[in-house]
Amino acid sequence: MGLLSNKNKEVLAGPLSKNNPVIVQMLGICSALAVTSKLEPSIVMGLSVTAVVAFANVIISLLRNTIPNRIRIIVQLVVVAALVTIVSEVLKAFAYDVNKQLSVFVGLIITNCILMGRLEAFALGNGPWESFLDGIGNGLGYGIILVIVGFFRELFGSGTLLGFQVIPQSFYEIGYVNNGLMILPPMALIVVAVIIWVHRSRNKDLQEEN
Amino acid sequence: MNRDSNVYTIIYASVMVLLVAVVLAFTSQSLRSFQKQNEDNDKRQQILRSINVNVEAGAAEAKYNELIREAFLVNEKGEKVDGDAFAADAEGLFPVFMAEVNGETKYIMALHGAGLWGPLWGYISLNEDRNTVFGADFSHQGETPGLGAEIATTAFSSRFTGKKIFMNSEFKSIAIVKPGKSATGQDYVDGISGGTITSQGVDQMILNSLKGYVSFLTSNNK
Repeated sequence: MGLLSNKNKEVLAGPLSKNNPVIVQMLGICSALAVTSKLEPSIVMGLSVTAVVAFANVIISLLRNTIPNRIRIIVQLVVVAALVTIVSEVLKAFAYDVNKQLSVFVGLIITNCILMGRLEAFALGNGPWESFLDGIGNGLGYGIILVIVGFFRELFGSGTLLGFQVIPQSFYEIGYVNNGLMILPPMALIVVAVIIWVHRSRNKDLQEEN
Repeated sequence: MNRDSNVYTIIYASVMVLLVAVVLAFTSQSLRSFQKQNEDNDKRQQILRSINVNVEAGAAEAKYNELIREAFLVNEKGEKVDGDAFAADAEGLFPVFMAEVNGETKYIMALHGAGLWGPLWGYISLNEDRNTVFGADFSHQGETPGLGAEIATTAFSSRFTGKKIFMNSEFKSIAIVKPGKSATGQDYVDGISGGTITSQGVDQMILNSLKGYVSFLTSNNK
């Protein structure tokens, strides 16, 4: 079995679309609302979650035959919390500005449902390499949605992208106004819903029948 | 080995907790000096930004030593007291940094307050008249990006330049009002739309923090 067999490719690529954690599994929506009012924190948050999910998945997968069943959730939480703390400490030491950008949201990675979801559903039953790919796939799937939502919210809410003004001044002069609703949390939910709508209408097999 | 036995579970949990504690303590200890350096440089950058000097983190220390002539603590009566102004966080003592920009003395004062989600802090600098604001810089721990967090931008902090904190030699602070509103009897600046609680936090922070400096600012006024 090669490192990227067909099954592993599916594990890696599935979460990007057909099995996306946010818009199909409906996990991690809470943090998708919180950090997406600007594009930059969305990108950094996507990368941080990817790193944490991937390594937590590997560690839990390695330990999966030793973990006592009754305290497995606690073990998962401890592993995740320890990893997030280490990520946060390393960021503070070597990427201080990024750490300031993310501030409290780094700590909130611990409570991201994607982590517990993937550890429970995948890492406990699969080998380390598959678990690593699953973590990368799900982290990126989450990151993609964050970036799309962050893109639209920053563009229409502030008229900027990554902090640079993209909507020209002449637009404002003829009466264009930034949509203040876009930077409020409810609009993130609506943007996510629109993404789900577009995604489902292109993937008919995902539509529920009733 | 029975993985469901109580003994196994307890031993497993204990060993795990010990291991994690050791790993975290080691990480924290070994990275501490790097973090301290980053924090100090970040603080220097903030102080320099309040006198409208923007430098990279790496150059902050040199620039700070070049521009800041004197740093001392004052108490509520306006008297200088002994202590390290840069590291100061003692109750009732207020750090003052005296900078020289283009031959003029600027007084930099520290601000502390609370926003919507966590602490706010910042620095505000006054001209030689000890009344007109020369510059300001605000920081926060976890205000909402795009809303309250906008207080950390120069677009917001530059609104304070030229405002006066005394009116008819009475301390009035600078009010932060909803955009479009105004305040009577004191200078005011526009707050952040959608970041009302954070804006009010900055308003209270400036009022409460500068209160402690009033005696210092009014004493031996030239």
